[in-house]
Amino acid sequence: MEFQSLFIIAVSAIFVSNFVLHKFLGLCPYIGVSKQLDSAVGMGMAVIFVMSMASVVTWTIHNYFLAPTPSNLLFKIFMKGKGDPPDLTYLQTICFILVIATLVQTVEMVIQKMSPGLYRSLGIYLPLITTNCAVLGVSILNIDAEYNFIQSLVNGFTSGIGFTLALVLMAGLREKLELANVPRAMRGAPIAFIMAGCMSLAFFGFAGFKM
Amino acid sequence: MIIGKEFIKGLYKENPVFRLMLGLCPVLAVSNSVNNALGMGAATIFVLLCSNGVVSLIRNFIPSKIRIPIFIMIIATFVTIVKLVMAAFFPDLSKSLGLFISLIVVNCIILGRAEAYSSKNRVFLSIIDGLGMGIGFTLALIIIATFREILGNGSWLGMELFGPNFKPVLLMILSPGAFLTIGFVIGFLNWFEHRRHIKH
Repeated sequence: MEFQSLFIIAVSAIFVSNFVLHKFLGLCPYIGVSKQLDSAVGMGMAVIFVMSMASVVTWTIHNYFLAPTPSNLLFKIFMKGKGDPPDLTYLQTICFILVIATLVQTVEMVIQKMSPGLYRSLGIYLPLITTNCAVLGVSILNIDAEYNFIQSLVNGFTSGIGFTLALVLMAGLREKLELANVPRAMRGAPIAFIMAGCMSLAFFGFAGFKM
Repeated sequence: MIIGKEFIKGLYKENPVFRLMLGLCPVLAVSNSVNNALGMGAATIFVLLCSNGVVSLIRNFIPSKIRIPIFIMIIATFVTIVKLVMAAFFPDLSKSLGLFISLIVVNCIILGRAEAYSSKNRVFLSIIDGLGMGIGFTLALIIIATFREILGNGSWLGMELFGPNFKPVLLMILSPGAFLTIGFVIGFLNWFEHRRHIKH
């Protein structure tokens, strides 16, 4: 199996082109949730789960229902495999966001039933994963890069890990920053952005590695 | 006048990027040149106006429990329209904006305004609010893009500003430059607001 390509996808998603620090995906919760370490870790876990599942489901929908290939299920059932397969890729945005919204709703219900403590501590941020650019972003990136099923799953899972890594690092730094003497104008969001800029600069050190 | 107030608030007092902290992903990603910033701003304004209008039109018929998925469907439809039109008529812009046109559908500004304003107000006011927020978003994009493009590329909207001896700061075009720029701009706005309040 192509373990090397999977490893490259994983390292690239976590370090080299980190979702938050280089691809700019997932910034709203990044600035909003990263004030405390515990909620950051909980949010990260939920995002990893949603991103992995969303990658898998959206890949399946794209390759078996939307793409103009002969294996398109709608082509086989309704046109009985004759003629040209229909190109339904314009429905991509609507289908994907519907799938993601449903997934997040399901995850929310499961967490509420299985672990009410976690549900209470995540609060409003769980439904907000629907509008997290990272989830829709990784789905579309998998399609653009033409990954197969396993590669999409690995990309989704490790992108979630990359997001969680950046989030946890930021939360740890911001907790320490509570005690520092920041100039009044820069307190809160501005200093968080400057820190993100420095972290992004640091992560640039991973670019150019040869495997 | 109510109309003026609804419009003006989106520009400065409740600027979606600098004050409400919404829609950050496209602002940082697309602001590496003013050309991209204008294209993204125009697309977002279109989607914001249309979705605000439609949500306000059907606001009395939407069941409260499923309102968020309905808003998302409406917004996704307009985003698909924008994506197809842009791919057809502005292919260069479409290629450089890439993924972020599709990501307008998860732009917190649009969903946030639909939830907070359009679902509770008349159509005309909702459209004015959408216009104000959209122009505020575009203004924020242009400000950050101006800093990044002038310092990182020595140009503005593609026009070369400095001579051939100008060595641009490549950092500004890359991701750290985006974070640093928006951090300093918000810091400056905070300082400015504080000075205004001291004077009064």
